[in-house]
Amino acid sequence: MFHRFRGGIHPPDMKDATRHKPVEALPPPARVILPMLMHAGAPCEPVVRPDQEVFMGQLIADSKELVSAPIHSPVSGRVLAIDPYPHPNGSRVLSVIIENDGRDTPHESVHPKGSVESLTSDQLLRIVRDAGIVGMGGAAYPTHVKIAAARGKCDTVIINAAECEPYITADHRLMLEAPEEVLGGLRVLMKLLEPKRAVIAVESNKRDALDALRRTLPGKTKIELTALRTRYPQGSEKHIIKSVTGREVPPGKQPTDVKCAVFNTDTAAALHRAVTTGQPLIRRIVTVSGSAVANAKNLDVRFGTPLIDVFNATGGFREPPAKVMTGGPMMGAAQHDLSAPLVKGCNALLAFAEADVPLPGNEICIRCGRCVRVCPAHLLPIYLYMNERKNRLRELERLHLEDCVECGSCSYICPGRLHLVHSMRTGKQKLQDAKREAG
Amino acid sequence: MDNQLTVSSSPHIRADESTRAIMLDMLIALVFPLAVAVYFFGWRSLSLTAFTVTCCVVFEYLYRKLLKKPNSLGDLSAPVTGMLLSFTLPVSAPYWMAAVGAFFAIVVVKQLYGGLGKNFLNPALAARAFLAGFAALSVHVAPLSDPRVPILGSFDADAIAQATPLSYLKPVEQLRLDRLPEEFSWWENLFLGQIPGAIGEVSAAMLLLGGLYLVIRRVITPRIPLAFIGTVALLTFLFPRGGIGGYEYMLYNLLSGGLLLGAVFMATDYSTSPVTPRGQWAFGIGCGLLTVFFRYFSAMPEGVCFAILLMNTVVWLLDKIGAPRRFGRGWTRREG
Repeated sequence: MFHRFRGGIHPPDMKDATRHKPVEALPPPARVILPMLMHAGAPCEPVVRPDQEVFMGQLIADSKELVSAPIHSPVSGRVLAIDPYPHPNGSRVLSVIIENDGRDTPHESVHPKGSVESLTSDQLLRIVRDAGIVGMGGAAYPTHVKIAAARGKCDTVIINAAECEPYITADHRLMLEAPEEVLGGLRVLMKLLEPKRAVIAVESNKRDALDALRRTLPGKTKIELTALRTRYPQGSEKHIIKSVTGREVPPGKQPTDVKCAVFNTDTAAALHRAVTTGQPLIRRIVTVSGSAVANAKNLDVRFGTPLIDVFNATGGFREPPAKVMTGGPMMGAAQHDLSAPLVKGCNALLAFAEADVPLPGNEICIRCGRCVRVCPAHLLPIYLYMNERKNRLRELERLHLEDCVECGSCSYICPGRLHLVHSMRTGKQKLQDAKREAG
Repeated sequence: MDNQLTVSSSPHIRADESTRAIMLDMLIALVFPLAVAVYFFGWRSLSLTAFTVTCCVVFEYLYRKLLKKPNSLGDLSAPVTGMLLSFTLPVSAPYWMAAVGAFFAIVVVKQLYGGLGKNFLNPALAARAFLAGFAALSVHVAPLSDPRVPILGSFDADAIAQATPLSYLKPVEQLRLDRLPEEFSWWENLFLGQIPGAIGEVSAAMLLLGGLYLVIRRVITPRIPLAFIGTVALLTFLFPRGGIGGYEYMLYNLLSGGLLLGAVFMATDYSTSPVTPRGQWAFGIGCGLLTVFFRYFSAMPEGVCFAILLMNTVVWLLDKIGAPRRFGRGWTRREG
């Protein structure tokens, strides 16, 4: 039943701070900031004007590009401005800023779409697209694009509920508190993709979530519930496929090449809500935690809420944070401007006190080989690092740098404190630049 | 925000691992064989080790100070080299020779190549090979003769010197195999360490204990020692020499001489051994093959030192051919 992937690490999971805390709904702020880039792919263009009245769930931005996802207003109110604004990715992105009238008046488009059984597969795909749903695990890849690419090509659908990053308990709480939404979302996916197997895969440290799902399952079902080994990066798409099916996605290929499609837990819940209530993607569950946070919490937050407001809603900081990140500590992005808004892919907001921020030190590789031992992509980070430093691009290709999933295991384990993942990213950039120059 | 937020590339957490902690574990593991050396050879083994360590630390400090490089004493790698170097010396070795060895190990082999992690030869072994020309190192003091081994000063080593078990087995020397079983008992002499030999190599029991400690602490993987010792064991068992049985001959080869010290502590040196799993197996097997080759066919009674040094030079090649299978290629389809 179980397949193991090579390597990986076992960092302290730090989830006790929020594991038992029910999700609290955070009242939306006085104004929300909605960047035109809330997803992976082409940015949207606003379809509203300044001063226009908008309602909760109303489409405010869309794109004609294939890989993109529309954006909806998470509140009702008035469009204040459409201006560039700080984005969690570190740059400034054109954003629609909406003044909240506090009434949450729903838009007319928000209504139940019917039962999964009554809708055709094409109708369902349209609903997914129009609801602006993206992968909620962090990558924020538009879900309708993923589904469209996988239709007729996969025999296994996996709900990725591994949540292997330390601190984060958003998916865990979702499964405990609304297992029917996760299962409902999976049924939507099963209708769309018609797989032989439908698996909800959870890490073994969340057995209570499995129990909650099992209690909700009807007696006769083909949905499988699986407890995976607790090991980072179990939640990586390629590795959860390996764990569940034993298959390995070939280099440069997609999950559909091994007949698999993987969706995040919260994505499934969003699919369920889009069909049953008609609500587009305007909010998500976020774990707020870390040593600098006064009260760690799981919050249900509307998109566009400034990060600082999310922190303040939990009771602010215990001590001045030295580092703030969106997402988990292994793959999350460090933030410097907390006025930036919450976007779709952000499952956690962490603030670390100074004592928990590793100081940059002498980077000395002692060739201990731990990075090789832990690399789940079967790479040799030590040699990639050396070659990247010396700009030996051909060696980087020969050592398959492109296979790096940037999980961070090598940097995490390195006793010489080398910034290995950073070097991998730089190396990929150098390769890309070289290709552009050559081509 | 008033304060500055640190912005850096992920990951944002680090394991509680450091070079210093690893080297500290090495030092702890090396204390086991040192304790036995003090018991069997007397206090001079401790003072000689302490002197060698001090020399290594001083040379490392001075080199980096003179070349205006950051002080690197905190990583504790110099003391490890010092201990390993002294372990390869007989207790009768003069202090000045230890100082020469320490200079060669730290300055020539390690620092001139860029310091920790950059050297391609094991510093302690390279220094030992450098010192091999001195005749004084070829004689070994019998254990439990400490009354005649002064802590300071030199002494007439030949007066108390004794041949090592391996030199008995050397075909080119006078074969006295008939006397071996009476002189050396398996348990007390060869396993516990009451045999003539270098300071750190005599006690198989303590070397294995130190190795076990390193494996449990995950400082080393057992691949290289297992492959190294296994290869020597297999070959000496299959092709015994000197008219004794394969099993006996194998035990002599495993338990006496520098094999265990080399396999556990020298061949596993990070800087000078492969990082890939398959490369590590190949490295260990190569060390074993060369050791047997030297012991069988060369004029030296030992072979471990040169076997490891030779294998050190092909580490890059072993890593190149030992890289793990590419993810997504060549996996076996076993549906669950």
